[in-house]
Amino acid sequence: MSVVTNTTTIGAIEAPSRRNTELALLAFAVVIPVFAYLNVGLAIDGKVPAGMAGYGLGLALLAGVAHLVVRKWAPYADPLLLPLATLLNGMGLVLIWRLDQSPRLIATSMSRYNSFSPDAPSQMMYSAIGIAMFVGVLLLLKDHRVLQRYTYISMAVSLVLLLLPLVPGLGTDVFGAKIWINVGGFSIQPGEFAKLVLAVFFSGYLMVKRDALALASRRFMGLYLPRGRDLGPILTIWAVSLLILVFENDLGTSLLFFGMFVIMLYVATERTSWIVMGLLMAVAGAVIVGSTASHVQSRVAAWLDPFECLETATDPNMLNACDQMTQVLMSFGSGGILGTGLGQGNSDLIGFAANSDFIFATVGEELGLAGVMVFLLLYGLIVERGVRTALAARDPFGKLLAMGLSGAFALQIFVVAGGVMGLIPLTGMTMPFLAYGGSSVIANWALIGILIRISDTARRPAPAPAPSPDAEMTQVVRP
Amino acid sequence: MNKPLRRVAIFCGLLILALLLRDNWVQFVRADELNAHPKNTRVRIERYANERGNIIVDGKPITGSVDSKDEYFKYKRTYTDGPMWAPVTGYASQAYDANQIEKIEDGILTGNDDRLFFDRTLAMFTGEKKKGGDVVTTLSGAAQKAAFEGLGSKTGAVVAIEPKTGKILAMASTPSYDPTSFAGYSRKDEKAWVALEKDKSKPKLNRAIREIYPPGSVFKVVTAAAALENGKVKDINAATDTPEGWKIPLSRVPMKNHASGCADASLKRALDISCNSVFAKLGDDVGRDKMVEMAEKFGFNAEQFTPVRSSASVYDKTADRGGNALSSIGQFNTATTPLQMAMVTAAIANDGKLMKPYMIDELRAPNVDLLKKTEPEEMSRPVSQENAQLLQQMMESVVTNGTGGNADLNMDGVKVGGKTGTAQHGAKNAKRPYAWFISYAKTAEGSPVAVAVVVEDSAGTDREDISGGGLAAPIAKAVMKAVLKTRG
Repeated sequence: MSVVTNTTTIGAIEAPSRRNTELALLAFAVVIPVFAYLNVGLAIDGKVPAGMAGYGLGLALLAGVAHLVVRKWAPYADPLLLPLATLLNGMGLVLIWRLDQSPRLIATSMSRYNSFSPDAPSQMMYSAIGIAMFVGVLLLLKDHRVLQRYTYISMAVSLVLLLLPLVPGLGTDVFGAKIWINVGGFSIQPGEFAKLVLAVFFSGYLMVKRDALALASRRFMGLYLPRGRDLGPILTIWAVSLLILVFENDLGTSLLFFGMFVIMLYVATERTSWIVMGLLMAVAGAVIVGSTASHVQSRVAAWLDPFECLETATDPNMLNACDQMTQVLMSFGSGGILGTGLGQGNSDLIGFAANSDFIFATVGEELGLAGVMVFLLLYGLIVERGVRTALAARDPFGKLLAMGLSGAFALQIFVVAGGVMGLIPLTGMTMPFLAYGGSSVIANWALIGILIRISDTARRPAPAPAPSPDAEMTQVVRP
Repeated sequence: MNKPLRRVAIFCGLLILALLLRDNWVQFVRADELNAHPKNTRVRIERYANERGNIIVDGKPITGSVDSKDEYFKYKRTYTDGPMWAPVTGYASQAYDANQIEKIEDGILTGNDDRLFFDRTLAMFTGEKKKGGDVVTTLSGAAQKAAFEGLGSKTGAVVAIEPKTGKILAMASTPSYDPTSFAGYSRKDEKAWVALEKDKSKPKLNRAIREIYPPGSVFKVVTAAAALENGKVKDINAATDTPEGWKIPLSRVPMKNHASGCADASLKRALDISCNSVFAKLGDDVGRDKMVEMAEKFGFNAEQFTPVRSSASVYDKTADRGGNALSSIGQFNTATTPLQMAMVTAAIANDGKLMKPYMIDELRAPNVDLLKKTEPEEMSRPVSQENAQLLQQMMESVVTNGTGGNADLNMDGVKVGGKTGTAQHGAKNAKRPYAWFISYAKTAEGSPVAVAVVVEDSAGTDREDISGGGLAAPIAKAVMKAVLKTRG
């Protein structure tokens, strides 16, 4: 007779893998966009769109591959993340395809560039690459803790990525924001990838330094003030954020990175004083830049009262910003509660960037208040699953990384949706998965991949303990 | 690390909540304001997104829609005989909004009206294209044509009403414009619009209802009505006590007569030859307040809605005695729209009953279902039936014995009554006078038509020749003839 004594705290109870739940949800995530696609076709042409089968099969294929990979290589992963991302990506494709068919946007493009090419096919391709990236992350990254080894390499890489657009000849200035680089005919937004790499760096760095940052401090007026030398990193990040803002004209990225850092710093050290300092520094930075950079001023003017500013502004840039903002607001307003229906709105009146920065306005106009709230809740759910993953993760590095990524995701949603709805000044970033743009889709699929990997590790039942030598049967010699 | 994690999670939740609240604010609370914003082109896009319904005269549309092959506004409005019908239809322009019937019945014409909700829903299921409903007018193509061609190159306006019902049969205004010329939003449309805006002869002004003119002698019928109603004159053939050279009250100036033989002239005779002194004295005898009361019963001092809004005609409520005496012969501050004078004539022709004038007969859904029919509506009874018939006698005498001979139709069984007017205006009457003529035709079954014609400052006519009888009466005659002919 043998007695097995369990010496680990976590039992080897078989946790449900929830893969079938994921599969069922994925079916919805494919069927809903397919119906949306049908809806657009019927609304615009009055007949079933020709590409519907192709679109449906393509989306189902991508989702299926992703699901199989998760089933095989991350069997305990969170079941919601993949369906949510698939649904958003699929709806994004439908919205972009819908805007592709706007005669107004086609005419504008024809008169400006003498050519028009639809964006939906390339977005489909980017989505495929994105899912390939997702698969790649799951296949190559067997354990997220491996990333700890690359802490300082990540720092270097993220700095390079962030500053690439400033390299003469490589960076391109598109409508005032220097956030693109041109490589072999493709334009890439390195900032989207920098988001991921930077999160890795922050996690690795903070995991090592958290005790020093948290404990070696003096108490002053109820706040724990860090030592001067520990202030180094936050000052550096702040400076880099400001540099991005000033030289790349990219308010959103700058805000996103700084916010992500402050959140992770707070989580790592559990010191509220970091939040206070972060906020103070953000305000200081905003004031400095706001009073000097003209493009920030025009965004602020367009935010305060776009209709008023449209009447009074004289600067063409400001006029442009205000006009765009009024168009976006009217687009939201005309949607009302239930919206005009897919394909039946006039959100293309926004013109430039209607399918990227302002795609959320199309949601607002054609799906209405109800649709926008659904989308916001879908994004909210992704964030929630991310935070849950962070809570469940057993290692501090995984916790920090999951929190950093989902925090950045939440901030991005807030900054973009808040910008187009006039809650905060417009920053010019893209709605993850929804908006047109290769870098964004690919990077966000990688983000979901990393979250899935961490959640798989977090939810994976502990391996059955190796038989302990102590537990071996002791021979009892009977007298 | 879990405590700060939970706090950050709450923070992220608050971010999403802020977005949800903001969305409700923009899409629910501010939705109406944003939708109605003048910068919002969606209203215009919607107006031209589908084939617009038509405005119909005599069962035939006088408007149309063409596919403009444009990516903003799909359909463009066209007008048949645009200049002739412009005072009725108004315009619907992609760049310059719309007015008159095109604007008032926009909901029906675009098909967005709530009354068409059922049609829209049905069309959604049957897969039919959305279409606008039609507006059927009360106008008569023949009468309108006679009016418009009668005015010709002269500046002026004509309004014809069916006295029994108040149906407007003709509404012409010259110089006119072609609403088709600026129905789009291209450079060409802009040019046409700007040219019209700058035109000194104001072609876009609807003189039939939006311009007020001094009525001059045609107002004397109102004064005559007031004198009869208030018992100041009992017998229209009896001599009145009016000396030649009757002095205007509060002044030393005698009232000037253009006609001779006005001393103590009877009311009938005074109307025949248009004696100023007799009517000024009668107005003075009736008194200002009673005069105001009578004028207002005919519709003065109020805007009329046909349903297109007209300007309010004026009879001065605060004039002193002298002013009132002058007002009584259509001078001083008295001013009237051609519509108003047509209403006065119609009320007299209809034996004293004034019907509310209207020009939209029916509203029809795209499937020709009747949505609304305008029922004739009595507006007031300015004069009793007996007095109305006395007035008719006098007005018919004007045509047979007096200044209105040019309006005589010479048709069997048709009696014509009328009154001429030559309204002086401008400082010291220096400007060319306005020629007025009001008239009605009457058969045994009652009166089918009452017309008011005003011809402004007509170039090419010698000043001495400008008179209501000479310039305006033939136009009124043509319109009446057209109406009588279409009645068979």
